Amino acid sequence: MTQAAAPRPPERVIEVEDLVSFYGPRQILRGVSVEVVEGEIMVIMGGSGSGKSTLLRHLMALEWPTSGTVRLLGRDLAALSAREMFELRKKIGVAFQGGALFSSMTVGENIMLPLHEHTELDPTTMRIMARLKLEVVDLAGFEDLMPSELSGGMIKRAAMARAIIMDPKILFCDEPSAGLDPVVASAIDDLILRLRDAVGMSVVVVTHELESAFKIADRITVLDKGETLFIGTVEELRNHPSERIQNLLNRRAEDEAVDADAYMRRLTGVEVSGAARL
Amino acid sequence: MAEQATDNSAARFVERLGRGTVRGVEELGACGMLVFETLYWIVSGRRMRQPVRIDAIFVQMMETGIGAIPIVALMAGTIGVMLAIQGIHTLKIFGAETQVTVGIAFSVVREFAPLITGIIVAGRSGSALAARLGTMKINQEIDALHVMGINPLRFLVAPALVAMMVMVPALTLFSDFVGLLAAGLYVGVDLGISLAAYFDRVIEILSVDDLMHGLGKSALFAILIGVIGVVNGASVSGGAEGVGKVTTRAVVQSIAAIVVTDMIFAFAVTR
Repeated sequence: MTQAAAPRPPERVIEVEDLVSFYGPRQILRGVSVEVVEGEIMVIMGGSGSGKSTLLRHLMALEWPTSGTVRLLGRDLAALSAREMFELRKKIGVAFQGGALFSSMTVGENIMLPLHEHTELDPTTMRIMARLKLEVVDLAGFEDLMPSELSGGMIKRAAMARAIIMDPKILFCDEPSAGLDPVVASAIDDLILRLRDAVGMSVVVVTHELESAFKIADRITVLDKGETLFIGTVEELRNHPSERIQNLLNRRAEDEAVDADAYMRRLTGVEVSGAARL
Repeated sequence: MAEQATDNSAARFVERLGRGTVRGVEELGACGMLVFETLYWIVSGRRMRQPVRIDAIFVQMMETGIGAIPIVALMAGTIGVMLAIQGIHTLKIFGAETQVTVGIAFSVVREFAPLITGIIVAGRSGSALAARLGTMKINQEIDALHVMGINPLRFLVAPALVAMMVMVPALTLFSDFVGLLAAGLYVGVDLGISLAAYFDRVIEILSVDDLMHGLGKSALFAILIGVIGVVNGASVSGGAEGVGKVTTRAVVQSIAAIVVTDMIFAFAVTR
């Protein structure tokens, strides 16, 4: 599945090097490096506050790094002009966690929006293309409904249809199975696998659902407190000797070293002793 | 960032003042950038193959303008009658009731029509704009536009701003007419002046300059309402409650901005 097996090294579609990111004074990412190759499904995992959502936002060029570089399809995001960025964006698709469908438009209009904005196709062709994508996500016949009339799972699938309408090279999925029942969640996983197999797009999935991650991932990146804890295949992750990783896999909360002073400080909001101060 | 809480209350006050000022300047800068960028998209969107859509502008114009006609008519009519009542009451002291037309004509066209229209549009459309953008931001719809390569300023803000800049002056013109008409009807009933004679006098008194004074102001109000609505909507945080907060904030700020600008404009132009 990886470089060694392939006759020619697969093209790297995403290259992240030493990514450092701050949110106000808070450091979120502390030098993350990840690569995703063509046709690969990379799952990014981590607990809440691990920085996985921030990393995804960087990959989608919604945040700008404090230092480090993010390259999509070989282009350094920081070096792109507005127009080049505009062109690049046509080659990526994003399915947001809550769907982010526009509530004032029907499902069909939502899916056609990128076509409407970026192509000169006539309305009939656009409608056919939208139906085609709805067919792919098993939502055929729902194009005239408003997003508010759809269930959670249907919204996620409609969002997926909108994400792939321009046949992107890279698909980003933010928590595709969060908040769904196991059957629907599994159907979404199948959908992601099908999309990759049918069109060979690279997929980056951010999730905290282990089961789903193990099912779809070619490789998994585990982030913890803004650092990469692990990058490798599912097998490698399962057999990893590190205790932190095994804790994550077995859903054990980590025991943090207890610092009595820090604990009191957190509770009371005041300094407990002069010595505790820097 | 202060490492630790300041314990001196005077220092704390200065710190708060400083932070408030910085935030205010920041917000003002954001407003300026917003207007500038939106104008940029209106002018050169087509060249960038990302035009501001005419149909989107029309949807907004319907919403901002046509939808506001009944309430603007009611308010303008009421104010017209109110001015006539007060004018006649005041002028009676000098026995000059018939001169009430002068007061009505100037104050409706130069002052009350633009002001009341601005306030209504701020309450109806400024709040709606802030709420819509705020909700969209929270639902990640704004992010979705970004990643689709659709600039939200062009797609959402420019149509709303253009619609306001067309419709607020148009509504002002409409409320000029309704206000003058309602006042005229009252004057007719109270003083027995015919509507034709009243309007003859109004036309005689008013110059194009007076009309432009009111309309120019209203265009300014339109920009204020739009920009304040957008900046507030974009600054939302904290879910549904946050949307409610920014909506209220947008209305209060735009009405305050309208009244203050009105005074400054009147002062500057009548110098």
